[in-house]
Amino acid sequence: MNHEAHNLPATSGLTRRRVLGVGVAASTIGLASCASLGGAPIGRVVVVGGGYGGATAARYLRMWGGNVDVTLIERNDAFVSCPISNLVLGGYKQIGDVTRGYDGLKALGVKVVKAEVTAVDVAAKKVRTAAGEFAYDRLVLSPGVDFMTEGVAGLQAALDSGRVLHSWKAGPQTVALRRQLEAMPDGGVFAMCIPLAPYRCPPGPYERACMVASYLKAAKPRSKVIVLDANPDITSKAGLFRKAWADHYAGIIEYKANAVLREVSGTTARLEFEDVKADVLNVIPAQRAGDIARSAGIVNANNRWVGVNWLTMESTAAPGVHALGDATLSAPAMPKSGHMANQHGKVAAAAIIAQLRGEPVNSTPVVMNTCYSFVTARDVVHVASVHQYDAKDATFKTVPGSGGLSAAANQIEGRYALSWADNIWGDALAV
Amino acid sequence: MSPARRGTRRVLHAGPFGPVTRGARSLVLAAATLLGLAGQAAMAQDANLGRNLAATCANCHGTNGNARGDMKPLAGMPADKMLAMLADFRSGNQPATIMHQISKGYTEEQLKLVAAYFAAQKPAGK
Repeated sequence: MNHEAHNLPATSGLTRRRVLGVGVAASTIGLASCASLGGAPIGRVVVVGGGYGGATAARYLRMWGGNVDVTLIERNDAFVSCPISNLVLGGYKQIGDVTRGYDGLKALGVKVVKAEVTAVDVAAKKVRTAAGEFAYDRLVLSPGVDFMTEGVAGLQAALDSGRVLHSWKAGPQTVALRRQLEAMPDGGVFAMCIPLAPYRCPPGPYERACMVASYLKAAKPRSKVIVLDANPDITSKAGLFRKAWADHYAGIIEYKANAVLREVSGTTARLEFEDVKADVLNVIPAQRAGDIARSAGIVNANNRWVGVNWLTMESTAAPGVHALGDATLSAPAMPKSGHMANQHGKVAAAAIIAQLRGEPVNSTPVVMNTCYSFVTARDVVHVASVHQYDAKDATFKTVPGSGGLSAAANQIEGRYALSWADNIWGDALAV
Repeated sequence: MSPARRGTRRVLHAGPFGPVTRGARSLVLAAATLLGLAGQAAMAQDANLGRNLAATCANCHGTNGNARGDMKPLAGMPADKMLAMLADFRSGNQPATIMHQISKGYTEEQLKLVAAYFAAQKPAGK
C-alpha cells in the first residue's frame, strides 16, 4: 500500500470542508494556545493514552504542527515509566523517580483530559469518556497492552486479589511488588513467569530477575529467584544476561526454559510437569493491544494486535485512526518498547500534520530503538537497532550490519541508561 | 553560522562511506532536483526529511539535540564536525558503546540531513 492511497482522504474536498468547519467550532471553545499562534487550527487530533507513544505524538503534533488542536486523554494523573521501574524493585529508585507530570504538555497547548475512554465511534469520529465526548479529525490510539489471562487457571482471580502481581504496568503494582519483596523472609523464593514472545519490553523480565536478585543478595542472601520462561530461551540479550547471572547471582537465579504456566494456586505456579512454590509470585501475563483498540474495532492481526500502515501509523482497519507502540503488530525484529513507541509517535505526528495540510507524507521514514538493561545497580547492557522503511514490502526492516549488543556489561552505559531516561521523558513530555 | 556558510565547507574526513563533504550543499542540490522533477509537493516533503530523521536521535540526545546528563548535545553542532564524528564511529576509528552500531543504520545522505538539521538548531538557553 503506498502513501498516496492513504493521503487521499486528507486531500478530498469533503475532508477540507470538514476541517474548516472544525476550525470554526474549535475557535468558539476558546483555544488560547492556538489563538496565540494565529488562525484557526488546521485540525483536531485526539490522542488516547499518555504513555511513551501518545505523549510523544501530542508533543510533536504541537511542536511541528503549530496550530493543530491536540487533546490528550489519559486516565492516570501522571506518566509512570516502565523503563527504569525495575530499579524500584531493586530498591535503587523510588517510584517518584520514574514519575513525571503532564504540565509540560499543557504548557505547549496540549489539552490534557484526565478520563477513561469508554467508547470510540470511528464512523462519527468521536471519543466518549466520563468527562464528555471529544470529536476529532484524526484519532491517535496509544493504548499500550492489556492482559490475556484466559488459558491460565486461577490467574485472573489471583491478579484481582492483589496477592499475585504482574507489575508490567509501572505504578502501584511496582510499589506493591517491592513491598512483597521487602516482606519476604530470608530464604524465601521469588518466582517470575514470563509469557511467550511477543510481549512488552523483551529484555525487561531478565532485567527484573537481576534487580530482584541484587536486592536479595544484599538483604536476604539465602533467598532464590526462579525464572519460569515460557520461551525456549532468554528472549533478548541472552548471552549478556547469562553472563551477569553467572558473575553476580550464581546460586540465586535459577532459569527454566519452556516453562509454560498452566495454573496459579495461591503463590504456587503450576507448570505442565511441575509445581513451583513461591513466597512471592510475579506473573507477567500474555499481552494484546489495549482494550480500547478492540472496542474501536482496529484489532485485526491475530485477534491480538493492530495492523498499521508504517508510513502514517494508521490502522489498516480504519483510515484516520492511528495506532502506536506496543499495541501494534510489530514489523520484523521491531521490539515493543517505550523507545520504539516514542519513535512511532513522531512518524504519526509528521504524517498527521502532512495529511491535515493536504501534503504528501514522508515516504522514507526511519525509526530506531535502544533498550538499556541494568544487570546490577550500576552495570548495564544494551541492544540497539535501526529500522528503515522498505517500500516494496511496505514495512520497516532492520539495516544489515547496524545495531547490536553491548560487548559486555559496563558502568558507562549505566550512566547512559539514566541519561536516556531523562532525555526521552523530556522529549515525550516536555518536562 | 548560516546554512549558506555551512554549505561551502570542504572535505574534512574520508569516511568509510566516502568523503565527508558538501553536507548542506548537497541537500540544496537534492531539493532543487526534486523540485524540478516532482514539483512543490516533493519540496515540501524534503524540507521535513532532516527534521524527521533528526527526531530519531532525540530519545537520547534530547529534543532538537538539547541533551541532558551524560549524552552529547547536538544542537548547534557544526555539520562537518558531526559528520566527521559519525564517520569515525562507522569506521571504528572512534570507539563507542553504541554509536558505532546506530550510525551504520543510516545512509550517508540521511546523516548529512541529520547533521544539517542539528547545525541549524539553537542550543536551548543560549
